[in-house]
Amino acid sequence: MTAYTPDALIAENIGAYLDAHAHKSMLRFITCGSVDDGKSTLIGRLLYDSKAIFEDQLSQLEADSKRLGTQGQNIDFALLVDGLAAEREQGITIDVAYRFFATDKRKFIVADTPGHEQYTRNMVTGASTADLAVILIDARKGVLTQTRRHSFLAHLIGIRQIVLAVNKMDLVGYDQARFDAIVADYADFAASIGIAAFTAIPLSGLSGANVATAAETMPWYRGPALLPHLESVPVDADRAATGPFRLPVQWVNRPDLDFRGFAGTIAAGRIAAGDPVRIVPSGKTTTVARIVTLDGDRDAAVAGEAVTLVLADEVDCSRGDVIAAADAPPQVANQFEATVVWLADTPLMPGRGYWLKMGTQTVGATVQPPAHVIDVNTQAQLSAKTLELNDIGVAEVYTDTPVVFAPYEDSHELGGFILIDRETNATVAAGLIHHALRRAQNVHWQSIDITREAHARQKGQSPRLLWFTGLSGSGKSTIANLVEKKLHALGRHSFLLDGDNIRHGLNRDLGFSDADRVENIRRVGEVARLMTDAGLIVLTAFISPFRAERDMVRALMPPGEFIEIFVDTALAAAEARDVKGLYAKARAGEIPHFTGISSPYEAPERPDVRIDTASESAEAAAERIVEHVLGVWSFEL
Amino acid sequence: MTGLTHLQRLEAESIHIMREVVAEAERPVMLYSVGKDSAVMLHLARKAFYPARPPFPLLHVDTTWKFRDMYALRDRAAAEAGMELIVHKNPDAVAAGINPFDHGGRHTDMWKTEGLKQALKAGGYDVAFGGARRDEEKSRAKERIFSFRSTSQGWDPKAQRPELWNLYNARIHRGESIRVFPISNWTELDIWQYILAEGIEIVPLYFAAPRPTVERDGMLLMVDDERFRLHPGEVPVERSIRFRTLGCYPLTGAVESEAATLQDVIQEMLLTTTSERQGRAIDHDQAASMEKKKREGYF
Repeated sequence: MTAYTPDALIAENIGAYLDAHAHKSMLRFITCGSVDDGKSTLIGRLLYDSKAIFEDQLSQLEADSKRLGTQGQNIDFALLVDGLAAEREQGITIDVAYRFFATDKRKFIVADTPGHEQYTRNMVTGASTADLAVILIDARKGVLTQTRRHSFLAHLIGIRQIVLAVNKMDLVGYDQARFDAIVADYADFAASIGIAAFTAIPLSGLSGANVATAAETMPWYRGPALLPHLESVPVDADRAATGPFRLPVQWVNRPDLDFRGFAGTIAAGRIAAGDPVRIVPSGKTTTVARIVTLDGDRDAAVAGEAVTLVLADEVDCSRGDVIAAADAPPQVANQFEATVVWLADTPLMPGRGYWLKMGTQTVGATVQPPAHVIDVNTQAQLSAKTLELNDIGVAEVYTDTPVVFAPYEDSHELGGFILIDRETNATVAAGLIHHALRRAQNVHWQSIDITREAHARQKGQSPRLLWFTGLSGSGKSTIANLVEKKLHALGRHSFLLDGDNIRHGLNRDLGFSDADRVENIRRVGEVARLMTDAGLIVLTAFISPFRAERDMVRALMPPGEFIEIFVDTALAAAEARDVKGLYAKARAGEIPHFTGISSPYEAPERPDVRIDTASESAEAAAERIVEHVLGVWSFEL
Repeated sequence: MTGLTHLQRLEAESIHIMREVVAEAERPVMLYSVGKDSAVMLHLARKAFYPARPPFPLLHVDTTWKFRDMYALRDRAAAEAGMELIVHKNPDAVAAGINPFDHGGRHTDMWKTEGLKQALKAGGYDVAFGGARRDEEKSRAKERIFSFRSTSQGWDPKAQRPELWNLYNARIHRGESIRVFPISNWTELDIWQYILAEGIEIVPLYFAAPRPTVERDGMLLMVDDERFRLHPGEVPVERSIRFRTLGCYPLTGAVESEAATLQDVIQEMLLTTTSERQGRAIDHDQAASMEKKKREGYF
């Protein structure tokens, strides 16, 4: 084995060599396949053949191969690629790894993702930045379920360049008939899922046949070897340079009062000084005065470049806005149909509030129950109520603020989003926007002449939502009742929404699963919001165990109108009282999902009012709440 | 239509990442080690925020054992960028007189790993930029660009967030932090090409010059100051040497070289047959040593 042998030009004329390498393009690709397909071996071979492996790495590899390898005394290229200690022991790759190599023509970034079934997440992640996918097939086995899965995912995420690498040709005697049969089989499948074209290459990662150079063992194959093909395919990112100008504003650069620049990466098109632009969503128009860089002002810039624009007029523009071609602005909407890929162990809670990040916009969003999920192996559409780890579904997504977007197939930058859990801050899903819902574009809020302010004024009060939360049996309803009586006596207009009463009517279709609890609170929040619009002081008494739902209701209300009241009782105390006998039943296993017993209660971190029922009577607590609320009002009355 | 070159794409990606951090983080800081990767990262930061100064300080976790040339460039580069420079020296290591001659592995643990944790905690930084690259080492190939750290600043490979497209999730709870690696996708050759193309100043030690050296345990060490402990019979010999990586001078191996210009250095790098990190004693400790160090909080 020989390691790195440098290009002759390096020694002869380093200046010419560097000049050539300064003008290389960059291609990002993903390799899909399992360990059995020889994927790591193929990548190791690409690194080796493109001379990205140095002597010390090679000697380490030779030592590792003898100790850990699966190739006897030969070099096990897979060991070059399998990085983490845990993986080496298990002999599998468990995450996305990025590899780098370069030829005279291109720099390559390879996203290496495992092929194991449970790792849809990793493949979608690796594919999201790729221009091209190499789908590996073991020539002995042909098109398998996992081949279909990888192809489907690559196509789903928008990769237009597909290479079908039929590997291990050495083990089928470099047989053309075998190769042709596999290609025909794959072509049928590819057409069925909408893959318009692909390039099939017969090769052997182990022997190197058709990897870097054409193989003498397969004279019947006239196409390019893998590496020359990778060097010549068009780079997807260059496509973005066509199409109307889009710059999602990342950061407003304001070092002093004389300079105001808008920094961001151009998502599409081209911009030149003097070009007319429109700020979306506000719709304000102006022109580009300067394109500012450390190396002096530029005349023009194109998609992919990170720039700072100065606009001719002082228009409102901040992070999340999109600066766009004035005559072709992107759309704005707050309801979408999207493909959602679930990436987290905790399943989707339809109706729960998540953060949605797309481009430079971050907004609150909810996902509706999926219309269907897609079986990645058969591409069949199945019904489902939620999305679990590695599920791919089609669902409606609602944002609480309109967002600037484009369909994902037109723009990955303006149509691809992630969902973030508000509690854990984990990235839980990836989404691809199909289109805005028609009703989101056409349905506008009915403008009403009698406003919520008018309703409140007539009642001589400011609307409030007093949200009591706590364990079952903590005394929420008791205290809320007392508070309402006191408010009534003071001439306030109020209404009490009680957990049990609501469940007998409005929410009688809901059970006590986590998903139903979320929907329960969402409905109560919407009703309470309508009642405060009518000018009422609304009191609610619901266990409302999840912080995310309480925060969702808080977000529905104008600032300051949501008062969170935590009725804090130790579980043992509530269970000892057990007014309705529910704890006993729950302990006996007769009630599933019972808060405190078999379902969690997430206590408020900073409630507006906290009632410690061990040290404060219900009467005293009610008095304090009324004082708290009226005390706030006294400034307004 | 002509597309962007690979260096243009890498530059744009790094700038995008830095701006994203500044837009979303409360108290970012840039770790600055004075090496060539740090020099590139600092240069990118100046480009990202121009005409403003980069809106975060530079943090140098000092071991007191760096080369003298590094200290000189550090102070000058920070001043030229108009950025605040914070230098942290682990007071426990100062008190214990930890040095590379007597303390072996503890030298790195206390000055670097512990020192870094102390400095990040003391500054209350929620995001720290680092100059690590994915091509340096196998466990780094799987590192995210936004690398999430627990409240104890540990790195759990299984707890990292998926990174899709150019969307980075920078949301954290109080006490947690994120290490961000804006030059993750650069290779050593990319770094050198960019230094050449942009005319970035780097420490002169990267270029060959006659320097006093001793040969020890197969490594060529430079006698940079009077603290270097010569073994009995050892006499410093002047050799034309340069360094491929820079760290604590008694731990950093030099290579004999005549490459005195940037082009010569790149030429030599491309003609050489050993990888970059071989000069660092730290990696030879054990297989998967870097992954272990990362779990403990080393960069």
